[in-house]
Amino acid sequence: METLQKIAVPLIAVALFLLAWEALVWVNDWPNYKMASPSDLPPAFWRFRWLFLEMGWQTLWRTVLGLALAVVFGTLIGMIMGFSRIARDGLYPLLVGFNAIPKATLVPVIALIFIGQHDFNTVLMAFLISFFPIAVSVGIGLSTLEPEYRDILRSLGASRLTIFRKIALPKTLPEFFGALKVSVTLAFIGTNLVEIVSPHGRGLGALFKSGETNGDYPLMFAVLIALAVLGIVLYYAVLVLERIFAGWAERPQS
Amino acid sequence: MANLIEIKGVTHAYRTKAGPLPVLDGLTISVPEGEFAAVVGPSGCGKSTLTRLVAGLMKPDQGEVWLHGERVTTPRKTVGMAFQNPVLLEWRTILENVILPLEIVAPSMPQKDRVARAMHLLDMVGLKGFEGKRPSELSGGMRQRASLCRAIVHKPDVLIMDEPFGALDNFTREDLWQTMRDLRAAEPFTAVLITHDLRESVFLGDQVFVLSGRPARTQMVLAVDLPADRTLDVLYQPKAQEMLHTLRDQIRIAQGRDGGAH
Repeated sequence: METLQKIAVPLIAVALFLLAWEALVWVNDWPNYKMASPSDLPPAFWRFRWLFLEMGWQTLWRTVLGLALAVVFGTLIGMIMGFSRIARDGLYPLLVGFNAIPKATLVPVIALIFIGQHDFNTVLMAFLISFFPIAVSVGIGLSTLEPEYRDILRSLGASRLTIFRKIALPKTLPEFFGALKVSVTLAFIGTNLVEIVSPHGRGLGALFKSGETNGDYPLMFAVLIALAVLGIVLYYAVLVLERIFAGWAERPQS
Repeated sequence: MANLIEIKGVTHAYRTKAGPLPVLDGLTISVPEGEFAAVVGPSGCGKSTLTRLVAGLMKPDQGEVWLHGERVTTPRKTVGMAFQNPVLLEWRTILENVILPLEIVAPSMPQKDRVARAMHLLDMVGLKGFEGKRPSELSGGMRQRASLCRAIVHKPDVLIMDEPFGALDNFTREDLWQTMRDLRAAEPFTAVLITHDLRESVFLGDQVFVLSGRPARTQMVLAVDLPADRTLDVLYQPKAQEMLHTLRDQIRIAQGRDGGAH
């Protein structure tokens, strides 16, 4: 009963949303260049099914690779900031400043530095836009570790590396995954930004752009839906990883 | 018998923005092997600094700390620690928490033996059946019991406790005193217990060291000549009451008030 409810309620909600959307277009009698209706979407998906698969794959692997780089680099920066006060004081204003730059403005800059390197540019943007939350959360997680936690191992003569591996790293995991949920969405935005703006780009962003160029409005809406689906998949992938590695942080339900 | 813990003329000051803040001033404490030293004193008199010095987590400005005839300058594997906050690791079960020191101190010990040792201790403190639980599923008293098991699982020579029962309610605290007494009977170790609770110091200590207000010196040493297998009733008998009175007066002096004032 409970599992049925868990599956049925979201499905019904989605169905109601689609119905409302269809009704909105029908009542206003909008042409599909103003707003496509849900019934326009299946034909668009079917007609470009191979393109959707190919472009979806492009968007997916570049987002995941950019995010993976952000995890490695962000964790590293976070560790440096977490362990050294001087590094924290020095790096923090730089990071905040960099984060404040709207990343869309970096697209032409990157495009000029690495002309024609479409894959590289896309991954780079996904990375640049998504490492900040990870660096900050790991840094804060490590620097707020209560000294007693360190002392129980340090009093036994454990090395800094052992203390990091056995205490600091697992204790920071819940914060890390909290940040990763934000970062995965950001990386996705970064990928699409470059895909849409680049001439001769690939990926779902480029497909969206070609829909616009060719006046194929149902295709544009279909891409939006595909992006939403991909975003949901990525988000839930992070959620599954969180369950596996930081499931202990969830309070047992009573 | 030789003194296992020897603190000789230790002076220490913290550097703060307002200048040096002296916390210990020529402190001297000796604890013979197997004995239980309780340390009491007014708030903020440097008692916690003392635990960190004995554990080798910091070095004193002046004076020396000796354990087992060796001068302490760095942490050593033969020390166990317990704090007011049980600091159990949430991502580990109770059993895995108790095993943690063995992973550091005895990396070659077979897992089977580690589990057997931890289970033996958990059984002794009444946590049998809870070994698979997470710390968040246990009460405060049970968590502190697990923390005590972790502090002695690697059979340390010296057990250092910084107000381990301070955050517990009175009845739970008295239960844990008795657990502590039984652990001591079963496992030989030399202990330093920092506490605010005078009854606790008399119930558990062989000697009670009264520290003066900051910077702390040893103001008085009280030998507790009560039987080793004492029960809570002992605390209500004249002998213990007299000791508690003496300690109470000493604390008043340490706080800078004379014996008669309230």
